[in-house]
Amino acid sequence: MTTKLMGQGVQRVEDQRFLRGQGRYVDDVAVDPATLHAAVLRSPHAHARIVDIDVDAVLDLEGVHAVWTHDDLTGPMAEPLPLLIPHPTLTHGRTQYALAKDEVNYAGEAVAFVVADDRYVAEDALDAIRVTYDVLPPVVGIDAARAADQLVHDDVPGNIGARMEQSTGDAQAAIAQAPHRLALDLTVERSACTPMEGRGTVARWDPDTNRMQVWTSTQSSTGVRAVVAVKLGLDLGQVDVITPDVGGGFGVKINHPWPEELLVPLAARALGRTVKFTEDRREHFISSAHERGQVQHIEVGFDDDGRLLGLDVEFWHDHGAYTPYGLIVPIITSTQLLGPYKPEVYRVVFESLYTNTVMVTPYRGAGRPQGCFAMERTMDAIAAYLGKDRAEVRASNFIQPDEFPFDQGLIFQDGRELEYDSGDYPASLEKIKALVGWDEFPAFQKEMAALGRKVGIGLACYVEGTGVGPYEGAHVHIETTGKVKVATGLTTQGQGHATVFAQLVADELGVKFEDVEVVTGDTRRMPYAVGTFASRAAVMSGSAIHLAAKRAKEKVLKIAADALEASEDDLQIVDGVVSVKGSPGTSLDLGTISVLSNPLRYAFDEASKAATQFSVGDPGKPPVPEDEEPGLEGRDFYSPERATFASGMHAVIVETDPDTAEIKILKYAVVHDCGRLINPMIVEGQIHGGVAQGVGGALYERMAYDEDGQLQNASFMDFLMPYVTEIPDGIDIDHLETPSPLNPLGIKGAGEAGVIPSAAVFAAAIEDAERIPITAMPISPSELFHLRQEHQP
Amino acid sequence: MKPAPFAYHRPSTLDEALATLAADPHAKVLAGGQSLVPLLSMRLAQPSALVDINGLAELDTILVDQSVVRIGALARHADVLANPAVRRAQPLVALALSHVAHATIRNRGTTVGSLVHADAAAEMPVVLTLLGGSVRVASVRGQRDIPAAELFLGPLESSLAPDEIAVSADFPVLPTGAGVAFEEVARRHGDYALCGVAAVADGDTIRAGFVSVSDVPTVVDLTGVPAGERGEAALAQLEPQADIHATAAYRSQLVRVLTERVVESAVQDRGVA
Repeated sequence: MTTKLMGQGVQRVEDQRFLRGQGRYVDDVAVDPATLHAAVLRSPHAHARIVDIDVDAVLDLEGVHAVWTHDDLTGPMAEPLPLLIPHPTLTHGRTQYALAKDEVNYAGEAVAFVVADDRYVAEDALDAIRVTYDVLPPVVGIDAARAADQLVHDDVPGNIGARMEQSTGDAQAAIAQAPHRLALDLTVERSACTPMEGRGTVARWDPDTNRMQVWTSTQSSTGVRAVVAVKLGLDLGQVDVITPDVGGGFGVKINHPWPEELLVPLAARALGRTVKFTEDRREHFISSAHERGQVQHIEVGFDDDGRLLGLDVEFWHDHGAYTPYGLIVPIITSTQLLGPYKPEVYRVVFESLYTNTVMVTPYRGAGRPQGCFAMERTMDAIAAYLGKDRAEVRASNFIQPDEFPFDQGLIFQDGRELEYDSGDYPASLEKIKALVGWDEFPAFQKEMAALGRKVGIGLACYVEGTGVGPYEGAHVHIETTGKVKVATGLTTQGQGHATVFAQLVADELGVKFEDVEVVTGDTRRMPYAVGTFASRAAVMSGSAIHLAAKRAKEKVLKIAADALEASEDDLQIVDGVVSVKGSPGTSLDLGTISVLSNPLRYAFDEASKAATQFSVGDPGKPPVPEDEEPGLEGRDFYSPERATFASGMHAVIVETDPDTAEIKILKYAVVHDCGRLINPMIVEGQIHGGVAQGVGGALYERMAYDEDGQLQNASFMDFLMPYVTEIPDGIDIDHLETPSPLNPLGIKGAGEAGVIPSAAVFAAAIEDAERIPITAMPISPSELFHLRQEHQP
Repeated sequence: MKPAPFAYHRPSTLDEALATLAADPHAKVLAGGQSLVPLLSMRLAQPSALVDINGLAELDTILVDQSVVRIGALARHADVLANPAVRRAQPLVALALSHVAHATIRNRGTTVGSLVHADAAAEMPVVLTLLGGSVRVASVRGQRDIPAAELFLGPLESSLAPDEIAVSADFPVLPTGAGVAFEEVARRHGDYALCGVAAVADGDTIRAGFVSVSDVPTVVDLTGVPAGERGEAALAQLEPQADIHATAAYRSQLVRVLTERVVESAVQDRGVA
């Protein structure tokens, strides 16, 4: 038997291309000089009415082909962009127009669209457009939004897009009756995904076939396809969307359509030319999406062991100027806040607020980092209050392994019950304590203190709902060469899908790993798909691919049994060859079986000639009998009842400089449970990347809006994404594998986990080093310096 | 982020470069381009023309003699940093250069270009000022040497005339027995410093130069100031400002801490080199 590849750290097939600069991204498509290039005029004001747009000077510029403003848009294109995920409590949802109509609500909002010979000329043209604005006072930050002295949208009172409450009982009463009570006020600032590749779209209209072909850097090619068809008045069958290599998504590319994803196809059709838009870095900062910004108020009642008797959380979520992605982020915060714990009573209420800033849509973690911050800061506060070990207080609140499935009594982001499928939190805690040296740390801290050095340790736990539905599908095709072509519709952003999906197919079909080729995100190959988000690709497409391969295998065995005159049960497939067990001479390779599966009379290749010695099928029936199809293919879909819940714990040891307040990471440890591992090396890579992004969010990155709503750090010079020099030299990782009962492979998602507990774990460690409560993240040395000043004895 | 239109000249002699520059008062000189190109791309600078001096091999020089380290206008930071003679003659140049941005930027960026860009948040203008060096500039009108003390007029403003090209910079060699030190605090490795301090201890004379805490590179004479009081003494002559990365108070703290640390290192470094 071939060794199973599931669970092996198989080298990524993508890396040869990526590391040699052979990745093919949207900007690498249509590089011929005939391609036209688009640029977008963006609002310089955070809040203004548009009085007049004068584009007269633009068309005189040599090389400019067309310019659009909202006045030039008609039909569905002139309507607001879709609200992708409505929710009954989102009573005042608002979305922007592809090009601003009458009003702009953030600095960076698209106002006009120019197409020219090249991007240089297109930008010259932007300089020639004259817009008269009537500038309005902007609403910047959660405090201003709540005060509502100014309104972002005239028809949204109090700047409140939604108010949502969930509870499992009377939390205030439970808190009132508890032996101990605490209240915390916390803040988490904005950050953003900032993938290496920004957004980008290329479109080509073929007038001969009446078809639109769109390449776009998205996390949902099927979503973009559907909306392009609707907005441009095309039939779905006229539109193909292809997602080539994507240089990172992290959530920002699941929101769709971005204005350019519609304007580029519109221009391509209008001009009869291929049109390309490649977002630049500044545009990405001011016109894509941000996340994270929340203010939280927590009240908690607990017993002498620190057990949560009542937990009441109120938070205010800054969703920016528009709500295209509904309430997904705050709903996740409000539900996933509970992590591995089971408070006796929980109530949460949030307000999702408008501000005149870039809109908020999910960023890796998608609301969980904020929820984890609220919960874990609360755990640390309880431990400090009781004078107990922080790990012990957490342990006393854990859901126990024998309590699964565990219903938290809330409704999750997918509209289903928040029911955890499996997990073993006490085992994780033991592992993380051992990995970081939790019990030995107090002695080390004392030792360092004697040398005048300050060190601290932090711990944070999380649970992540991953692999949400509704479904994904897969198509597996065994060609006459014996090579296997696999298509799944969700997109890939560098995760290593081509590797892990091939591992699954190789295992199921008994073919060589290198004979399997995976295509993602191409609507021509798999038109039914949802997208890559919510740590769902491995669970959803992985399961679908596994099922589709199973179907293909059934057909392989049926045809082989017929040709070899053997029973299906006696057959085995090894390295692409089907043979009768115990009779290795009686065999057929998959290529020949593929030929036999298709009663076509033409023989093009050696496999076809080889197949002539076999006969299959019932001569009394048609060549393709009823209920059969020609070809050796398998197609299937996977649609789970509910999400599967991964979990993990992070611990960090930091040192703070007593003089400069610089914060240095001495050790970072992760225990991670995403069920059965397909490829441990790739999971560890996901953790490394997540931790790096988490370090950014905790210690470096913020969106520095001034009071006028201008983003002051819209570049990588001033937005401090950490360099390799800022992230830990090594990350100690230990895995726990608690299989999910919800899918055939027992897997859970792993994509976002690494970033979830970062703010919480760093706050805890800095607090431990400094003995100063840390209530706001991120934290810079400058801020730590001021906290020390405030807390001087 | 594409530049506005500009004319491009790539002269093959210095005289040709100077004539081209003299003919167009709105032209800019392009050397390593590490500051200028981003400004062009963001359209914050829209010169009528670029005079690319990268073809002038005569400017790609690093000379060290008894009295000065002379760095030509095309010498890249990386070349200067890797030059053992420079390190021996004036160790402060190498110490500071290791803090200038990242390897890829140092491979392209020029030390002289960094000087005439006149950014008080950059390391090399402070080093030149502290060491009492100078920059040699040329124009169709002839050549002149501008002492560091007269080179930096304000934020990003040097005393070069629009028709002048900086052709080299002179960093005086370290007197025998003198000690130097450099340290900075930046948010990320290679970023502009929140505060940086360079110091020279020569006999009893102690002078320190400061990065990012004043409008122009500033040197403070700390001769005779006892340890523990040097930070405050320096601060009295500096004006740390707030930005999105640090408050003025925090920068002041860094001045105090780094001044004490760096001066002490320079004092310890005396007689060792």
